[in-house]
Amino acid sequence: MSGTVLVLVDHEGARVHPGATELLTLARTLSDDVRAVWLDEGAVGPDAAARELLGRFGARGVLPVQVAGADPHLTATVVDGLRAVLGAVGAQLLLLGSTFEDREVAARLAVLTGAGVVTGATTVVRDDEGRVVAGKEVLAGSWSSRCAVTGPLAVVTVKPHSTQAVPVDAPVEAAAAEPLVVEASPAARAVTVLDRAPRPASDRPSLADAEVVVVGGRGTNGDFTPLEELADVLGGAVGATRVATDEGWIGHEAQVGQTGVTISPRLYVGAGVSGAVHHRGGMDAAVTVVAVNEDPDAPIFEFADYGVVGDLSEVVPALTQELRRRRDAAAGA
Amino acid sequence: MRVVVCVKHVPDIQSERRFREDGLLERGGDDDTLNELDEDALEAGLRLVEAHPAAEGDAPHDVVVLTVGPAPAVEALRRGLAMGATTAVHVLDEGVRGSDAIATARVLGAAVATLHAETPVDVVVAGMAGLDGLTSLVPAALAAVLDWPQLTLADRVEVDPTARTVEVRRETSTAVETLEAPLPAVVSVTDQAFRARFPAFTGILAARKAPVRVLDLAALGLDPASVGLAGSTTRVVETSVRPERPDRVLVTDDGSAALALADYLAQKGFA
Repeated sequence: MSGTVLVLVDHEGARVHPGATELLTLARTLSDDVRAVWLDEGAVGPDAAARELLGRFGARGVLPVQVAGADPHLTATVVDGLRAVLGAVGAQLLLLGSTFEDREVAARLAVLTGAGVVTGATTVVRDDEGRVVAGKEVLAGSWSSRCAVTGPLAVVTVKPHSTQAVPVDAPVEAAAAEPLVVEASPAARAVTVLDRAPRPASDRPSLADAEVVVVGGRGTNGDFTPLEELADVLGGAVGATRVATDEGWIGHEAQVGQTGVTISPRLYVGAGVSGAVHHRGGMDAAVTVVAVNEDPDAPIFEFADYGVVGDLSEVVPALTQELRRRRDAAAGA
Repeated sequence: MRVVVCVKHVPDIQSERRFREDGLLERGGDDDTLNELDEDALEAGLRLVEAHPAAEGDAPHDVVVLTVGPAPAVEALRRGLAMGATTAVHVLDEGVRGSDAIATARVLGAAVATLHAETPVDVVVAGMAGLDGLTSLVPAALAAVLDWPQLTLADRVEVDPTARTVEVRRETSTAVETLEAPLPAVVSVTDQAFRARFPAFTGILAARKAPVRVLDLAALGLDPASVGLAGSTTRVVETSVRPERPDRVLVTDDGSAALALADYLAQKGFA
């Protein structure tokens, strides 16, 4: 397998975001030469624990890069760093996550380098001609498409949980290359950050990355407590439909949908969610879909793996109680 | 102030959407409509000029709706004119067909540059996504094509005409930010803060007769090889209707559904 594959590592300080291990696992199926790109505010690069983790999931090396003179979170700054790395090592493919920020990075990089971009991929393979081909769910989950990149560089944004992270058999700590330091472009310098307030941390996993998401819709009538309890017993996050966020029942950062957060959990539980196309477009890559709704004609039952027609105020607490009972029994055994 | 709002004519998401044999989305049906998220962009653009009434002797404000697409896409422009846009520009050229998001941004960029050369543009406003492809690539790509600052996914936009700056508030996946950049700049807006106005009947009537300026690739000085299928570095190689999920279960709760569901989750490894 030829051609270097780069993975843009999402990290906060030294803490590596779990999505990076999935991207590295995927990258290994495409190349023997997988490198982790580490953008940093200071030219410190990843610490030993981070290098060990990246190596364990298949990175042969880490490429630290620092962009001087602009805010590190801006799209243009990230792209400045990636262009420097691409100039130094050359690559056939860059994999990154699929948040709005990731997609903007991909867009800018494509314009400036001539790369081809596919967003929101759930599969990435090479075809017989060696081209990168990415598969995705489209039209609110009703169709699938596969898209080949015809240019010399492919940039693919990948949805969380598309790949199960698997460590390599014989892990070696990924060695960090000499950090690249580049000056920010005028485009990056043009934007001034007047204020930035990080979101408050939550004990629950983030909605976009959670393996389990419990979503509440109109049918909750505004009571999200039973959903939060179910999410906690499943170790998941809580999301909502647009109706629920517009009603003010929960913050709009919890909105799952084609204009809200896009989720691709291993388990989706919709409680009182009708399954309208706006919502489906934000969860069409969920692996297992469970729905509880009073209305037997709700569209969500057309694509739920397991549907319960019933009163969620009875079914959801009973389910939580049963899952808790089993967990406690297993812990006591 | 001169604001350009990028709009797209897309298949209605409630309609039976489908791909053609060649992998391109079927477009031009009777159900096609102005991309709902672009109505929010136009609303944001209209509010920008309304916040700064033109002084006597100044050039009147101009809110341009700009689209790239086949002939029926003119309907998206007419909807924009009905809402209050003052100018409509349609990039119409067979050579555009098959453009991916990046090639589309090149066409939009050439159109904005052409308009800017005639009368300076202050702000380009775009919606957060097209409801057909949902890539959200175009606003950032357009900023890169124009080499103008990018301020995306805003839920508040304010222009300071004197200082010649634009300030936005935005929520990213990790933070709430306030950003500022000099004009001209490219802004995209979310669907949270700019509930689009409903066009007045008189506006709808006037929009039917309003002139629409049509530009082709030659007028934009674009090499046909840089757009359309030839200018796109991605190619759809396969589209298929997703099969129904196999082995679906639907039960009506008789008091035992929660236990059965717990069994199902355990079998799937979640409990």
